[in-house]
Amino acid sequence: MTFLQFSFYFFAAALIFAATMVVTIRNPVKAVLFLVLAFFSAAGVWITLEAEFLAVVMVLVYVGAVMVLFLFVVMMLDINLTRLKEGFGEYLPIGGIVAVLLVVEMAIILSSKVFGPASMPRPPGQPETYSNTAELGKILYTEYAYPFEIAAIILLVAIIAAISLTLRRRPETRYQKPASQVSVKSSDRIKIISMDAENPHADSQGESGK
Amino acid sequence: MSTLLSLWGQLPFAIQVAIESLVKIVAILVPLLLMVAYVTYAERKIIGYIQVRVGPNRVGPRGWLQPIADFLKLFFKEIVIPTNANRALFISAPVLSLIPALAAWAVIPFTETLVLANLDIGLLYILALTSMGVYGVIVAGWASNSKYAFLGAMRSAAQIVAYEIAMGFALVGLLMAAGSLNLVEIVKAQQGGLHQWYLWPMFPLFLVYFISGVAETNRAPFDVAEGESEIVAGFHVEYSGISFMVFFMAEYANMLLIATLAAIMFLGGWYAPFDIAPFNWIPPFFWLFGKVAVFMFVFLWLRATFPRYRYDQIMRLGWKVFIPVTLVWITVIGVFRFLTPWGFIFR
Amino acid sequence: MLNWISQNFKTFLLVELVRGLSVTGRHLFKRKTTIQYPEEKTPKSPRFRGLHALRRYPNGEERCIACKLCEAVCPALAITIESEERNDGTRRTTRYDIDLFKCIYCGFCEEACPVDSIVETDIHEFHFENRGENVMTKEMLLAVGDQYEQQIADARRADSAFR
Repeated sequence: MTFLQFSFYFFAAALIFAATMVVTIRNPVKAVLFLVLAFFSAAGVWITLEAEFLAVVMVLVYVGAVMVLFLFVVMMLDINLTRLKEGFGEYLPIGGIVAVLLVVEMAIILSSKVFGPASMPRPPGQPETYSNTAELGKILYTEYAYPFEIAAIILLVAIIAAISLTLRRRPETRYQKPASQVSVKSSDRIKIISMDAENPHADSQGESGK
Repeated sequence: MSTLLSLWGQLPFAIQVAIESLVKIVAILVPLLLMVAYVTYAERKIIGYIQVRVGPNRVGPRGWLQPIADFLKLFFKEIVIPTNANRALFISAPVLSLIPALAAWAVIPFTETLVLANLDIGLLYILALTSMGVYGVIVAGWASNSKYAFLGAMRSAAQIVAYEIAMGFALVGLLMAAGSLNLVEIVKAQQGGLHQWYLWPMFPLFLVYFISGVAETNRAPFDVAEGESEIVAGFHVEYSGISFMVFFMAEYANMLLIATLAAIMFLGGWYAPFDIAPFNWIPPFFWLFGKVAVFMFVFLWLRATFPRYRYDQIMRLGWKVFIPVTLVWITVIGVFRFLTPWGFIFR
Repeated sequence: MLNWISQNFKTFLLVELVRGLSVTGRHLFKRKTTIQYPEEKTPKSPRFRGLHALRRYPNGEERCIACKLCEAVCPALAITIESEERNDGTRRTTRYDIDLFKCIYCGFCEEACPVDSIVETDIHEFHFENRGENVMTKEMLLAVGDQYEQQIADARRADSAFR
């Protein structure tokens, strides 16, 4: 067994173990943490496939950002486990049928000649100067430029939609505007005017005279 | 000696590689952890001096043995695990924060040749690992079964996601100029002296990067995850002894990492500011070291100067200021490089 | 317009932050005011109120006449006095306890005393190692007074011009 094979089996085993734990473990926070481990192991498998850019981006995006938000939400939930278990028997037959169907489908596909190891020769190794990142960039911005841009615009639309859903103007609430507070100068607040001197004594006499 | 060499030759190649990498890793980690220890000393000294005090000066001459005393004290203290805490996660949380902080050093080039793994995607690797550090904080906060720890974890999660994006965008601008994700290549692109450093054309990105770095390492003035005056000590309220120490080692290792990256990406890494006689006598490694030291000083200086940001102000700064600023500057770089004759500024 | 430009210029170049940093930066090089405590000490006023002592007259007679003014004035109720007639017909204390945990070192006892018997010395570096040691008995107070009489007398003399 070469080191490459060893690392593949190691990451694959970790991936399967973690994925199993995600669906079997009771505690949702632990399930999310196992999902993190699953993503991490998947990234390891990708690195053995010489897709190091994708692997690192997966860790960066899924582990670094998406799962943090997942964890953020799940930690605040207080899930009642007994209530979760209530409907279990009811849904078991349907779930079982779906599971069996999936297993059969996978067996058919994987046992066929089309996906056998013989039909998929190992791709030739790349030279040392080959940069995964640069190649990916070239393909994305030439061959797949339109799909790439369309995907970007869809994401932008999603961002704007999410913001506009949560945005509500509340003119009645008062809040600080630090920038304007900081930029205030004394001349904005105080106006010094020159005027004739007044005699307060004479003024008060006039008042009482009325 | 010759018998040792022949023994070495008889070992299988895989084991030879493993031992060699192990030695290299130790050669990076031991100085790193020593530096972490002495950064705590420097922090206490510098902040003391700024507050017109003298800082620790009792343990050893001028307090030089203070970090060792601190280490011994924390090492022999009891680890208290709170009732109803999640034991396994509680213990693993500090490790979860330390490992990414140390693993990221694998791709840091100290000189042109002195680098453990010269990855083509070095910068992405570092971004990926630094973004994983937050798990230590979140898991610690959740596993402690304490409301202060939990609040700290929540704050930290939101803050790190916000600043990760700003930081990533700041680095995108840099990548456009350098044309590579390889850290060695990025430094080489800044060869030739002070005026070649990316600090000048990328000044807004540099500011955004460094401030995001301060936020990402949970340092003052962005230390709401700890927030001593509001939530006691945030995510590590329940930690004591060595597990507490591990959190701090991770924090300081991350600070050093951010400082080193800033030096590598914006201050020309190991290159001297002027490529003339008295400057290029100093070995390149010491130039990098000196630049890192400057950034570390700024870290401590910031802590001694600014009061803690309020949580909503942190969010506002991250999402509404830094991300737009970086996006605008990336556009500026793109327009200048490809549509105007002044593109040479940004390369 | 010009105002707006300079405002934004300041904001994005972090001028205010740099100003703050320069203040702390200047303090970095200021002369440090730390006093290295066990080796160096700040000068103490002759009015310093530290550990208590009971004084004697130069002929060796204890000053205290058991008038109990100090016990009455003590806001923390730290002083306990019991008295009896002595063989020579004078009233003397048989018990004079000060609980140093209750004492707030206000100095009222010292001011109330008509014969300058109970005084507060400038000793502030004292500690207890066992339970119960916090209660100073008459013998202990007299012993303190005997030991530091010179110091106590000097302090009273230095301050007498202002009383």
